[in-house]
Amino acid sequence: MQRIGVFVCWCGSNIAATVDVDAVVEAVKNEPGVCFAKNYQYMCSEAGQALIKDAIKEHNLTGIVVCSCSPRMHEATFRKTAEQAGLNPYMVEIANIREHCSWIHKDMKEATEKAVILARAAIAKVNLNAPLQAGESAVTKRALVIGGGIAGLQSAIDIADAGYPVDIVEKSPTIGGKMAQLDKTFPTLDCAACILTPKMVEAAQHPNITLYTYSEVEEVKGFVGNFNVKIKKKARFVDSTKCTGCAVCTAKCPSRKGGNEFNCNLDTRGAVYIPFAQAVPNVATIDTERCIHFKTGKCGICQKVCSAGAIDFEQKDEFIEEKYGAIVVATGFEILDVTKFDEFQYTKHPDVVTSLELERIMNAAGPTKGTLLRMSNKEHPHDIVFIQCVGSRGNTCRDKTYCSKICCMYTAKHAMLIREKYPDVNVHVFYIDVRTPGKNFDEFYRRAVEQYNVDYIKGMVGKVWEKENGRLAVQGVDLISNRRIMLETDMVVLAAAIQPSKGVRNIATMLTASIDTNDFLTEAHPKLRPVESPTAGVFLSGVCQGPKDIPETVSQAGAAAVKVVGLLAKDKLVTNPCTATPNELMCNGCSSCARVCPYGAIDYVEKEVNDHGKREVRRLATVNSALCQGCGACTVACPSGAMDLKGFSNRQIMAEVDAICR
Amino acid sequence: MQKTAGLIKKRALELLADGTVTKVLGWEEGDFIYDVTPAFFDKETIDSLVFSSFCGSNLSKYLIKACKEQTEGKILVFLKPCDTFSFNQLLTEHRIDREKVYVVGVECKGMLDIEKIKALGINGVTKVIDNGESLNIKTIYGEKTCERSEVLLEKCTTCKSKELVVFDEVLGEKAENENSQDRFAQVAALEAMTTEERYAFWQGELSKCIRCNACRNVCPACSCMKCVFDNIQSGVASKSNADTFEEKMFHIIRAFHVAGRCTDCGECSRVCPQGIPLHLLNRKFIKDINELYGDYQAGEEAGSRAPLVNFTFDDAEPSVIHERGNS
Repeated sequence: MQRIGVFVCWCGSNIAATVDVDAVVEAVKNEPGVCFAKNYQYMCSEAGQALIKDAIKEHNLTGIVVCSCSPRMHEATFRKTAEQAGLNPYMVEIANIREHCSWIHKDMKEATEKAVILARAAIAKVNLNAPLQAGESAVTKRALVIGGGIAGLQSAIDIADAGYPVDIVEKSPTIGGKMAQLDKTFPTLDCAACILTPKMVEAAQHPNITLYTYSEVEEVKGFVGNFNVKIKKKARFVDSTKCTGCAVCTAKCPSRKGGNEFNCNLDTRGAVYIPFAQAVPNVATIDTERCIHFKTGKCGICQKVCSAGAIDFEQKDEFIEEKYGAIVVATGFEILDVTKFDEFQYTKHPDVVTSLELERIMNAAGPTKGTLLRMSNKEHPHDIVFIQCVGSRGNTCRDKTYCSKICCMYTAKHAMLIREKYPDVNVHVFYIDVRTPGKNFDEFYRRAVEQYNVDYIKGMVGKVWEKENGRLAVQGVDLISNRRIMLETDMVVLAAAIQPSKGVRNIATMLTASIDTNDFLTEAHPKLRPVESPTAGVFLSGVCQGPKDIPETVSQAGAAAVKVVGLLAKDKLVTNPCTATPNELMCNGCSSCARVCPYGAIDYVEKEVNDHGKREVRRLATVNSALCQGCGACTVACPSGAMDLKGFSNRQIMAEVDAICR
Repeated sequence: MQKTAGLIKKRALELLADGTVTKVLGWEEGDFIYDVTPAFFDKETIDSLVFSSFCGSNLSKYLIKACKEQTEGKILVFLKPCDTFSFNQLLTEHRIDREKVYVVGVECKGMLDIEKIKALGINGVTKVIDNGESLNIKTIYGEKTCERSEVLLEKCTTCKSKELVVFDEVLGEKAENENSQDRFAQVAALEAMTTEERYAFWQGELSKCIRCNACRNVCPACSCMKCVFDNIQSGVASKSNADTFEEKMFHIIRAFHVAGRCTDCGECSRVCPQGIPLHLLNRKFIKDINELYGDYQAGEEAGSRAPLVNFTFDDAEPSVIHERGNS
């Protein structure tokens, strides 16, 4: 029989205002095994912990229940407290009477009743608890960064500078990401390429960084400190060790009809291409969907013109397997598909463009060589209308509910740059709110309005249509003067919402990292652990976690790197002792458990068992406790109930349910 | 049918004689010709082996124990198409050893239900001549005839497949599966009921249960070393009932335990002395799995991964399943 102490925390008024803590203490005193119960204002305080330690010693307690906040907050605290008093830390159970009770209830009577029930369940569990010993596992001192945009590059460089090897896996043929497509960056208006390319070069030349471009993560196994990752290096059909990046092949390629993704499909590229001049690595890639050789077996011009003999039509996908201690997800974002917003004529009129397309139009390496031109007739525009929040902050199914955060600033930037370079162009901006928190951000926006006379109109655009003269009519509303507005313009620029890259769902699934309803990766704690995923060993960098601009991305990338370095600096990690164990006499050897185990921790052996005097050889499951992470998937998959989880045994869980239903 | 019976006997004798097998798993007659039960035979007892239109029982499960005991040589087993699914599922779960079994697939046109024959007023049956379409039945009260389709076992009226999915050799003539009814029609009818109606339906059916455990004992998926209902640690064993409907827990837990593993062989309902349509519980799971994860039949392919213990990127989102459960 256990000797259990129950400690009820007030959490100031967080719990005590809704739960009658005295009543909880009275109610639990008569529960089986309980020989001490007390409440206290702050159980997590030094004094509160001392109270627990004293009670353990004085009453020879064998187990304790702390009725307090979520175990995610203070389970570790109270386990240490118990350990200091000589108790096994796994003889501690937390009844969450704050998040699960006081915070969500208003009625004191009901909340108190529920708190008693939750305490009772925890007591029932402790009655069946057994001391557990944590083990140790080694840490592979190598990190993987998924995504080679500014977030991934910064994280990788910071980890590499700390002395740990890092691999970057980038799905496109070059690193650089979305930032490489930008023209200038707010609020300082320095050229994106000028500040990004040094980072790209640094990553490429860093002795601790290995780049896997045109590659994708294929499979992830293992756990924190010991991930096994399979990387697919897609065939470029160009030998990157021979290619000099001279770009002769790209110029001679006769298949030129397909769009150039780097320029948002505003111009075309060859089937063999180098995405942009500063691409890293500066190596050509053959797009097999467009290549005449791959489609018809003819052509082969690139092979003939390549003086380095780098074109290799026979190249195959390559698979690399590597071990990592930590993984940084930096998969970034993409622009929302605005074809659903056809009231703005995006699919119908070439002069309606997204902001990213405008970046390319304004960029010297873009389709117009940096001259602002209408895409319909290549003429100079005289009026431009910007529409903010296209797809952001909406509540219909085509919208995202969140604010994309960067649009206010880049629209101000576009407006200012256009007015600076082409003072004859009238610029109008339709907005819901202008949101410019951030260092020097509001000053930047005010400069656009006050110094450059950009016409900001509070209100939204209802529709856009083409007039007979080829220009665009914009019908909107001005909420300040409360009147309808009709404008005639040459171009319309849509500040489209940003959303996580499509591939992130697969990556999150492989990593068992959670994502929210918008597919942004979830943090372990939104305030206190913002760069960690709830999955140990997985860290978040950049927009994959939520919309953010470059300065914020770089800060977060550095923060993620520090967390990775902190992990890799350890030689051993303490493992969770709550691992699965099969009951050999009940195991059928059916493999159900091995099939659902995400960590590959379950194996089978032919073993002789003595089943109540009957000796026979059976196929039995065995768990490698160094690999087992205690997720419990096997315990529910086991048809006979042979698989059990230490610390969360079937009996303990049934006892909790029974205690709740009593 | 009579011809197939002859072939089966002949093959059993041959395979025993040439040493391919040392043991035969088949059927033997009881006191009445329709009273056929599974049995093991060797060279001495093989004469009692029979095959008739009353051989509805699925022999696969008997191989679990037999494989363990078999130290040398193979066991010959006769499996009808639906039984081969159970055989495959047991292979998937490593419960039987393929190397120790010689499978003779027996083509099947559906087996007969003596209760249905009796319900037609045909009693005292002494012989059935089955020409594949109609039956000529000799009774102690004289000769009677009836259509085969009128007296098929319930599980055979909704036959899922006439394909033998695993075999070493095949006997008999391949049958077509044209007259079989939609096996999910009854499930769909239950789904169409209101919650109250459905509850009343199952309350009516499951209250009849006498907990004889026949369904569990015959079920090829119920092959645990120790069944949770016999495990005193599980907290559900040896509990007395507070009311007649409490056996619902037994049946619902059992349905969950075999979900994704049930081959829909229909043995549970066939052996139920109370006539409870237990197969409908399992079939509901099969229908749900098909609709949520794409068509899957346990046992169709040895070693296949059932959707419930597998993960693919196009799996239905939990929210979809949740919403469906609420509708």
